[in-house]
Amino acid sequence: MSKIKLTTVTFKGTAEQETQLRQVLTEIKQSEHPSVMTALQRAQEIYGYLPIEVQSIIADYMGVSLEEVFGVATFYAQFTLNPKGEYAFGVCLGTACYVKGSGDIQAKLEECLNLHDGETSPDGKYSIAATRCVGCCGLAPVMVVNKEVYGKLTVKDVPDIVAKYKAM
Amino acid sequence: MYRTHILVCGGTGCHSNNSGKIREAFEQQIIERGLDKDVCVVGTGCFGLCAVGPIIIIYPEGAFYSCVKVEDVPEIIEEHIVKGRLVERLLYHEKALGNVAVKSLAETNFYKKQTRVALRNCGVINPERIDEYIARDGYQALIKCLTELEPQQIIDILKASGLRGRGGAGFPTGVKWQFAKNQDNDTKYVCCNADEGDPGAFMDRSVLEGDPHAVLEAMTIAGYAIGSHQGYIYVRAEYPIAVERLKIAIAQSREYGLLGDDILGTGFAFDIELKLGSGAFVCGEETALMTSIEGHRGEPRPRPPFPAVKGLFAKPTILNNVETYANVAQIILKGADWFASMGTEKSKGTKVFALGGKITNTGLVEIPMGTTLREIIEDIGGGIPNGKKFKAAQTGGPSGGCIPAEHLDIPIDYDNLISIGSMMGSGGMIVMDEDNCMVDIAKFFLEFTVDESCGKCTPCRIGNRRLLEYLDKITKGQATLQDLDDMEQLCYYIKSNSLCGLGQTAPNPVLSTLRYFRDEYEAHIKERRCPAHVCKNLIQYKITDACKGCSACSRKCPVSAISGEIKKKFDIDQTKCIKCGQCIATCRFGAIIKE
Repeated sequence: MSKIKLTTVTFKGTAEQETQLRQVLTEIKQSEHPSVMTALQRAQEIYGYLPIEVQSIIADYMGVSLEEVFGVATFYAQFTLNPKGEYAFGVCLGTACYVKGSGDIQAKLEECLNLHDGETSPDGKYSIAATRCVGCCGLAPVMVVNKEVYGKLTVKDVPDIVAKYKAM
Repeated sequence: MYRTHILVCGGTGCHSNNSGKIREAFEQQIIERGLDKDVCVVGTGCFGLCAVGPIIIIYPEGAFYSCVKVEDVPEIIEEHIVKGRLVERLLYHEKALGNVAVKSLAETNFYKKQTRVALRNCGVINPERIDEYIARDGYQALIKCLTELEPQQIIDILKASGLRGRGGAGFPTGVKWQFAKNQDNDTKYVCCNADEGDPGAFMDRSVLEGDPHAVLEAMTIAGYAIGSHQGYIYVRAEYPIAVERLKIAIAQSREYGLLGDDILGTGFAFDIELKLGSGAFVCGEETALMTSIEGHRGEPRPRPPFPAVKGLFAKPTILNNVETYANVAQIILKGADWFASMGTEKSKGTKVFALGGKITNTGLVEIPMGTTLREIIEDIGGGIPNGKKFKAAQTGGPSGGCIPAEHLDIPIDYDNLISIGSMMGSGGMIVMDEDNCMVDIAKFFLEFTVDESCGKCTPCRIGNRRLLEYLDKITKGQATLQDLDDMEQLCYYIKSNSLCGLGQTAPNPVLSTLRYFRDEYEAHIKERRCPAHVCKNLIQYKITDACKGCSACSRKCPVSAISGEIKKKFDIDQTKCIKCGQCIATCRFGAIIKE
């Protein structure tokens, strides 16, 4: 299990988001097998991340302890306790990409954005999260920015790609 | 009737390379030119040869265009569709044949040696249209099962076929179904493991994206065979295209009465629900997967009781992998003997491998069991690019091992792979050349398993972390030969004491590289040298006499470690150098080397 990165930003959830969350939770509670994981997946769709405030609402509503909710939220790679950046960068560190040098690409990206893996820039614009196999190994090594995929990369390409998003 | 079909690959590799926009461009221009009554554009699943994507195939000619760009669309329409002339420039060129253009997919070396069973519809049909699946004998096997066969007969066919689980361990599928059938319980579950976690394997994704109905049909057959009415597909949320196509497929099957309360009017009820996995490798382990479907942390639990007795929601459950299911309908239709006629004595049928890494034809290949590694790498894969030498093939992902050149001629099947210290796993096959350091690769896999260990049992949680520390010491040149022996001992402790498959197999990458590449480990320890020049602490960058003194490298160096006089040889200050490699990337004269 990787190290847990606790929430570092202030919670700014709106009343509409909370109403939406409660609606979703009611649906889940009425299903045949209510599950905390489904609740967290839906909550992350609403908020973009899972701050402790949201986890508390889920725990109360589902009638389980906050520890259990936190346990599930920190177990799966897809759940994040911090909001992703406006531009979320992810270098694939799957085997096919790794043997073709994606480790060096990750290092270059961290240098270009001045962020470490799993971090979001203070202005909320950029974040880096290494991913495990995007499934397009034919394009290795691969980097994903939001939904845009950049394949067959070399370390040289990284600054240009970063510059493109910094200019946006 | 259309006179021409344009097939555009919509698999993940091609899709990431803009095939969606290419398809739109074709559709738009065909309408603009008033050809929409004659020409039909079809988005298909993966063709397999991802290395040269985006791929387009035009029938009836079967013309195989590779590396197509959006800008090429007008030319293809003008030349091929309107004038009936092949666009030679875009046809796939076979390097092995002296770079001649190959007209159709079937003529390529990549496809000639393949036998497609699980992937038979991938790249052939539009996965979003159930009618196309039905036109390719889809749901015939289900009809046969529900109207002609008793559940026990179905299981007997599977047993006779010799089909073994394609997800990793290779347990006989028919036997698994029999266990679940024998349980006396009103509620049983059929699960599909589509949580493809092996980094570097993507065959399950391709089946789900290219032929989702094959999985639905097989699960329904399984439901009838064991007496279950509910199925779950546990699929990675990171596979959005696969999830979308499964949703469409389930909706269409319900509409056609192929899922639901009264399937085909036989009174048999079965339905399938999707459960999204959230990215945890351990959830590929069957008990962990079921705990995760229940919504908890995906931690495994001891077996017995086996899932066939007490599985999901404490009910009898069978769990099979996507590729396993993709074989089932074909076995029912063509018979156990047909399936058993392919493969080796104990491993029947075909296996899909995801070829990746240092190989010319990266992509998906399906070969009969018993094909040799050499055939896969040299004939189908097209060999190692850039004139480099083959070093090892890694199979089985983080649970498997590295196969060296001396075993290239071993026929691939479950048992042979185990005997040489690797395993089949889900079918990832990563090729490595002389530039890859085997200690670094072992460390890469250990980092992965340490990261993915759920933490429930101590041997895996702490043992693997200790193992990683040894590897770290070795790659930094700080280890002793005693460490090497201790490390090997620790590997066996972890293997024999861990709770689930993840821990039991985690040391395999270390053990197999130790077995075949011990000299590389020893070079790191005794000579403080990384023979492949990968481990940063053990290499030095040097400027050779080829240096023209242009100063490009010194301007690029982020720590100002390079200095010299213009037009004279420059020099690197080793105490400052951080080994980032920027100088090598910058030098136009190849004057900087790693030692």
